[in-house]
Amino acid sequence: MSTIYDRGAPGRKAVALPSLSTSEEELLSRIPAPLRRRAPLRLPEVSQPELVRHYTELSRMNYGVDTGFYPLGSCTMKYNPKLHEDLARLPGFTGLHPLLPPEECQGALAVLWELGELLKGITGMPGVTLQPAAGAHGELTGMLLLKRWLEDRGEAGRTKILLPDSAHGTNPASAAMVGFSVVSLPSDRRGMVDLGALKRALGPDVAGIMLTVPNTLGIFEEDILEITDLVHGAGGLCYFDGANLNAYLGRARPGDMGADIFHINLHKTFSTPHGGGGPGAGPVTVSETLLPYLPVPGIVRRGDRFDLDWDRPKTIGRVHPYHGNFLVSVRALAYILLLGDEGMRAVSAGAVLAANYLKALLQDVYRLPYDRLVKHEFVLTGAGLGEGIRTFDIAKRLMDYGFHPPTIYFPLIVPEALMIEPTETEPKEVLDAFAEALRAIAREARENPGLLKEAPHGTPVRRLDEARAVREPKLRIRFEEKP
Amino acid sequence: MNPYLPHTPDDVRAMLAKIGASSVEDLFSDIPPAVRARHRPLGLPARDELAVGRYLADLARRSTGQELIPFLGGGLYDHYIPPVVGHILSRSEFFTAYTPYQAELSQGTLTWMFEYQTMICELTGMEVANASMYDGATALAEAVLMAARATGEKIVLVPRSLPPPVREVLATYAWGAGLALHEVPYGPDGRLSLGTIPEGACALVVPQPNAFGILEDLSGLKERLGKAFLVAYANPIVLAVVEPPGALGADVVVGEGQVLGNPLSFGGPLLGFFATRTEHLRRMPGRVSGETRDAEGKVGYVMTFQTREQHIRREAATSNICTNSALCALAATVYLAALGPGGLRRVALLAYERAHALAERIARIPGYALAFPGPFFHEFAVRCPDPAGAVARLRRAGIAVLPPEFLHPLGVRDAFLVAVTEKRTEEELDRFVSALEGR
Repeated sequence: MSTIYDRGAPGRKAVALPSLSTSEEELLSRIPAPLRRRAPLRLPEVSQPELVRHYTELSRMNYGVDTGFYPLGSCTMKYNPKLHEDLARLPGFTGLHPLLPPEECQGALAVLWELGELLKGITGMPGVTLQPAAGAHGELTGMLLLKRWLEDRGEAGRTKILLPDSAHGTNPASAAMVGFSVVSLPSDRRGMVDLGALKRALGPDVAGIMLTVPNTLGIFEEDILEITDLVHGAGGLCYFDGANLNAYLGRARPGDMGADIFHINLHKTFSTPHGGGGPGAGPVTVSETLLPYLPVPGIVRRGDRFDLDWDRPKTIGRVHPYHGNFLVSVRALAYILLLGDEGMRAVSAGAVLAANYLKALLQDVYRLPYDRLVKHEFVLTGAGLGEGIRTFDIAKRLMDYGFHPPTIYFPLIVPEALMIEPTETEPKEVLDAFAEALRAIAREARENPGLLKEAPHGTPVRRLDEARAVREPKLRIRFEEKP
Repeated sequence: MNPYLPHTPDDVRAMLAKIGASSVEDLFSDIPPAVRARHRPLGLPARDELAVGRYLADLARRSTGQELIPFLGGGLYDHYIPPVVGHILSRSEFFTAYTPYQAELSQGTLTWMFEYQTMICELTGMEVANASMYDGATALAEAVLMAARATGEKIVLVPRSLPPPVREVLATYAWGAGLALHEVPYGPDGRLSLGTIPEGACALVVPQPNAFGILEDLSGLKERLGKAFLVAYANPIVLAVVEPPGALGADVVVGEGQVLGNPLSFGGPLLGFFATRTEHLRRMPGRVSGETRDAEGKVGYVMTFQTREQHIRREAATSNICTNSALCALAATVYLAALGPGGLRRVALLAYERAHALAERIARIPGYALAFPGPFFHEFAVRCPDPAGAVARLRRAGIAVLPPEFLHPLGVRDAFLVAVTEKRTEEELDRFVSALEGR
């Protein structure tokens, strides 16, 4: 694998820039000597064609939703509409500075206000902030809101957050960042929150609960109303992780289930591209209880004008320096406007249909530890497939069949987990082919396990040694080692 | 059927038959009936692509700010973005992928991350960098949390001259984590005026340059801090010609990477960069790409040191960050590779040259003066009797500067900020000066 530093030659450049009026030496000499750069600055020196070829070559060693099926559980890798890419690149959106006065930014504020209103309606909750830049950032915002609410009520002694053992790792990490301690709640045999354990855990030291609905097994918490009633009755609040909103979009609202805080991953449910790991966006909607604590500035409509609202004396403050990932909001707004109510119902219908169909195609070959109706995803185990075969091997072998593997080894409560989320945008033929590949791999595991242990075979690189990367850390180019 | 949904009625029937369900609605029977009964639709009809396109294009036109000549800064700057950056970013193999959990299918992402980490280390003078944070402000907040974990102390020394939006985000995170912010004043020259270091300090934050555009001198600061971290909040374009904080003892260098090939975008998405010393690697938040070999000995890249991260370590993780700003980091990588060391130096010096040319001309106008005598880079505060009036005159000439209120939290009420990049032409500088002169 070569890097951009392996290309080019001293003096090459890929951009024609304006000239200086004064010489470089003269300008540099005007910067006070102790402040002037002495350290070397080793950046690539390449011509434009070399630059383009290098990154085109890298792109060909990547796999995206546009390349093929990407059933990464809990990540909702649905198709990203092209119209939205064009709209997010309109100069009136990309060229706008966020510190201009509101009267100069009416179009951008209109986008944010309208998206906020729609998200309030979709979640059935009366307050919103679009500042969080990702799901985990939304979680952090939610935990800060909870902390502020407790302080405001003189209940700072409530320091425990209850968390089902199936929770995503960001949940406990977000709670810990604001000083809460985490109490793990066991799942029962149905794969749902154990109500008895919940009742035992509740008490005067509990700040709230963080739930993922449906949970990471893809199972809807059928006792959701009892759970939120119990937590509220004990003086706590209910945080819902909205990573799995695609499962019930347009059919049910977290506000109707007792949620006080809900974060939405616009890059999951609302189809904005994942960018190779971001940027996403994690807007948060809240119940009446938490309205006074929302971040500033809020975005409000006064008549036909949009404005910033700084008048929130109890606010947690800012969680983002401006208004969150605005261009992601533009794409999400376009998606909701195009779909409308019926389109959103069709999204959850397609996602749940695809997940249950794929589950039905696979459960005779791969063990399904929690065999129930699922929502948008389901979890199989790779255990028991063959001597010494691990889920890791199955995932690597799937690449040889042209598929991106599912999420693996999560949730933690299923050993050797394979967490599969097909989304609504895959045709039945693709689901059939994927199931056929997984069935073929199960046969190979018995008949020719070496094929799995040595997979992948057809990728740009073969199986990579992750242990070596830690044992001999090399996290940047070391120029002194160059020949 | 919407254009992103492929299931025909025949498909649906066949799929339901395999599942053993009689209708799609049956698949939602596990949602409590009381919850389903409370659901209310938005009353939102579906629209066609043309209508959605027209609607958003109209909103895009409606912000008058986009038509103004921007002399705007305050932390985000209007630099030239070579078209090659956008073209590479629009390769959908990059932007429709997710976090490179499966390395063998993600060598493109993991390779550019490795390149990016190298470039950020070079710019900042540091040893290791992560693969991005959301933005400069949250990167700074995470740097301060890391300093608190490393030192076990809870006081953060924060200069008054930090850009207010960045400071406000830091304050929110610090409150959440139980840290206390102590303000460090600036002197008459606009630069940091550091008194005695209090007991219990975990970090000193130093902006480079600060919110007035003035360059700080970091030399000797680390020696005064002892075990407390020196955390620099730096503009990476300025670092092309200014000594990197890493060469002056900084423990962490963070900053806003928007200036590296990313548009202003009404403030998001942005790019937080984060670099530190190898000794702090295991405390660092965020994703890291590392070099390794494949089964045949070929060089390749993987996400590494994942035991720091939330999906392994849960509540004991170094941060909750998961999704970051990868595509903006790719833009920065391509931008830096396109410019090279000479091009980046040229961009920095063009901004420096034009900013100083404009500042000199403004200072010659009666009633106008630079607010601070300290050395500035490409942004400066102009002192005048009526800043609001001056900003309004500029606006009438089609020029945008930040509202003077931006400086109020910094204790400055008689000035406004001006930022200049390589994009501002001689003619635009003339227009700026004429507007203030009242001609």
